[in-house]
Amino acid sequence: MEPHKPTHEEMLSALELRQGTEAVRKLQAACVAVCGLGGLGSNIAISLARAGVGKLILVDFDCVDVTNLHRQQYKANQVGLPKPEALMANLKEIAPYTEFETHFEKATAENLDKLVGNAQVICEAFDKAEAKAMLVNTVLETMPSKYLVAASGMAGFESGNAIRTRKVTDKFYICGDGVSDVDGGIGLVAPRVMLCAAHQALTAIRLILGLE
Amino acid sequence: MLTINGQSVEAAGKTVAQYIAEAGYNTARIAVELNQAIVPRAKYAETVLADGDVVEVVNFVGGG
Repeated sequence: MEPHKPTHEEMLSALELRQGTEAVRKLQAACVAVCGLGGLGSNIAISLARAGVGKLILVDFDCVDVTNLHRQQYKANQVGLPKPEALMANLKEIAPYTEFETHFEKATAENLDKLVGNAQVICEAFDKAEAKAMLVNTVLETMPSKYLVAASGMAGFESGNAIRTRKVTDKFYICGDGVSDVDGGIGLVAPRVMLCAAHQALTAIRLILGLE
Repeated sequence: MLTINGQSVEAAGKTVAQYIAEAGYNTARIAVELNQAIVPRAKYAETVLADGDVVEVVNFVGGG
């Protein structure tokens, strides 16, 4: 078979074979915002795009840096590009019929509604603890209809079995081990960050499918 | 007695602001749920804890 890009219909049929017609219908109709496009966010977005989420909102104020390549889903030739643009390019190679909205700016309590207002599920994927707390407090205080899937604790080389998903309230879930702080100088390693991202992406999918 | 992060704690009568200061949390890194509802950051100083309350202090650490 010659290499070729499948049609939208071919990709949807293949997705339905693996995930079921009803699940694909719900995922295609869904919009998820990914706030922070580093080790967590880039991996979350790839999982959601592959699973058939219809629309992704990609938010980050940063450009790809050489120090990101060990765990974030960018390529060496993308160093220096704005992350939302670079990640969207990579996602379009994987899932070309996904709809995207990109925001190359810093999320704040003041602009968050403008950035993620269209999403039903928000994935918090920042790296700084203060930014995580800002987003979580702002969403829970001002956007009561949204589902929020946050992350805390995925640094270091400890066992991946400590990474888990916890339901805090009906609309608020948190993934991670809760304690491994990158500020402790323990570093970050791709598979452990990916585990946490996978927990977040799966939780977002389960929320869209009504399984939580 | 009330329950904070799954532990029984004697804190009835204290405000959320008093409790989190005594427990050593950094206010810029937390979210506080009281009986399954978010406590707005601006209301920590006026929200008084009572016996039977269930409190969850979510403490964020860095990395992503």
